[in-house]
Amino acid sequence: MIDMLLAFLQTPLGILILTVVKALALLVPLLIFVAYLTYAERKVLGSMQLRRGPNVVGPFGLFQPFADAIKMMFKETVIPSGASPLLFLMAPMLTFALAMLAWAVIPVNDGWAIANINVGVLYLFAISSLGVYGIIIAGWASNSKYAFLGAMRSAAQMVSYEVSMGFIMVTVLVCAGSLNLNAIVNAQKTIWFAIPLFPMFIMFFISTLAETNRSPFDIPEGESEIVAGFFVEYSSMSFALFFLGEYANMILMSSMTTILFLGGWLAPFQGTMAGEIFTLIPGPIWFILKVCFVLFFFLWTRATFPRYRYDQLMRLGWKVFLPLSLFYLVLVAGVMLAMGWLPHAA
Amino acid sequence: MIAALAFYFFAFILLASAVKVVSARNPVHSVLYLILAFFNASALFVLAGAEFLAMILVIVYVGAVAVLFLFVVMMLDINFAQLREGVQRYLPFGLAIGLVLLVELGIVLLGWQIAPETAAMRFAPIAEGTQNTAQLGKLIYTDYILIFQVSGLILLVAMIGAIVLTLRDRGISRRQDIGRQIARTSANTLVMMDVRNGAGIDELGILRPPVDEPEPVAEAHDTHSHTGGHH
Repeated sequence: MIDMLLAFLQTPLGILILTVVKALALLVPLLIFVAYLTYAERKVLGSMQLRRGPNVVGPFGLFQPFADAIKMMFKETVIPSGASPLLFLMAPMLTFALAMLAWAVIPVNDGWAIANINVGVLYLFAISSLGVYGIIIAGWASNSKYAFLGAMRSAAQMVSYEVSMGFIMVTVLVCAGSLNLNAIVNAQKTIWFAIPLFPMFIMFFISTLAETNRSPFDIPEGESEIVAGFFVEYSSMSFALFFLGEYANMILMSSMTTILFLGGWLAPFQGTMAGEIFTLIPGPIWFILKVCFVLFFFLWTRATFPRYRYDQLMRLGWKVFLPLSLFYLVLVAGVMLAMGWLPHAA
Repeated sequence: MIAALAFYFFAFILLASAVKVVSARNPVHSVLYLILAFFNASALFVLAGAEFLAMILVIVYVGAVAVLFLFVVMMLDINFAQLREGVQRYLPFGLAIGLVLLVELGIVLLGWQIAPETAAMRFAPIAEGTQNTAQLGKLIYTDYILIFQVSGLILLVAMIGAIVLTLRDRGISRRQDIGRQIARTSANTLVMMDVRNGAGIDELGILRPPVDEPEPVAEAHDTHSHTGGHH
């Protein structure tokens, strides 16, 4: 019986079914995570501002995300009369689909990825650079000034910060000697890259804030200047998809930070007494804990910092991060070469 | 079988979207079809086993070049009815040129003979067991380092040229000097005044002490920047 099943899983149909099952096993927990991230954000912001946050629906307000989702589903999707309807509806779907698509290569434990591909980092970078299209298309298809302004801002912002993000990733790749995410995490067994590359870690985190349009870089949706930016015209599920896409992207960027700098699923203090005890906790738990840790910083910055002005944002991206990351890349590569620490590619 | 199916699927979408790039009425739709075409081309690269090229195609063309392209097209105000006016007149001419090119291509291709030993003479056959990313890196940074660096230099020159041609500082922009801003204290920015009841700003004079801001070199029509301090 089991032999038959294993043989079936080798056939094309079996591989397809297995992949679908794997994808569901990843996406369903991810969507629940996204739902509870919105809850966590409201709770964290609430306690930072001495409020209670959602506390009415269910115990401790735990059913609030589902109440919101049901409310969204029963609202009417309004399509503005001057809009381009097909593109208008496609934009939120694209944003959401891309936020899910990138998860195909994220390893939550040693070898636990749907697709353990050789160019994992490039794949992540490619998918996250596509994210800008959902926003541009939304801004253009809405046929509204505010939406278009928001889309312009967002496109300029995301393209700018991708450049320095790319250099930071290359620095990590120089240290890891591979483009494979699994290999990058395994290269951090001796020391997490966040420690030797600490300035890059901070810059990467700030760039991810800009890449996900989160506060203090949320000028594409700055409600005090351009109402709600690129999604002014969106309502009901089309709005919900943007919203979910943004939060899924936050989790994605946090897990990218975790994989590149915080040692992915690896337990801390490996090789010491404490490390022995920590390794008893399975890898996926460590991974989720680290992702939550990074996500908390996302929420913390939102509660703490005022929104950047547009020119300040551009100045930070092009005049501070770009030269600094380029300098650090050359420095790291030089030190690695001089000390003979360069890992050899397989 | 699966690979062949996938190939025909992506190739069909690629060709269909390429046709739509030319035929779409709306220029923004054209660019979006172009992006779809790029994306399918990268899928074909993946099928061919060139995963690095596939990802670079998406990152560079879809993620950066096409975004700028889309930007430009969205900002343009093109009247397409006007552009299409002469189509009837120029169509035979265009078709004739196309036909000539097609015939020439056909002649070249039919007369082309490929020596059977060419495959073995390829410059850089991929060694077994290496990833094509590593292989590509080894080739580019050893045998072809000069060509690689020179092409980079050409791009740099083009970039500098574009910046030099477009960057015109007319001296009217007010720049933010972060160092100066942080160095400001309440002593040199704030004045406490006794405000008489009913007195307006005009009677009291300037509420803010004059700050030693760099005055923009104003052009003749630019009067707003001088009155800015009083509000």
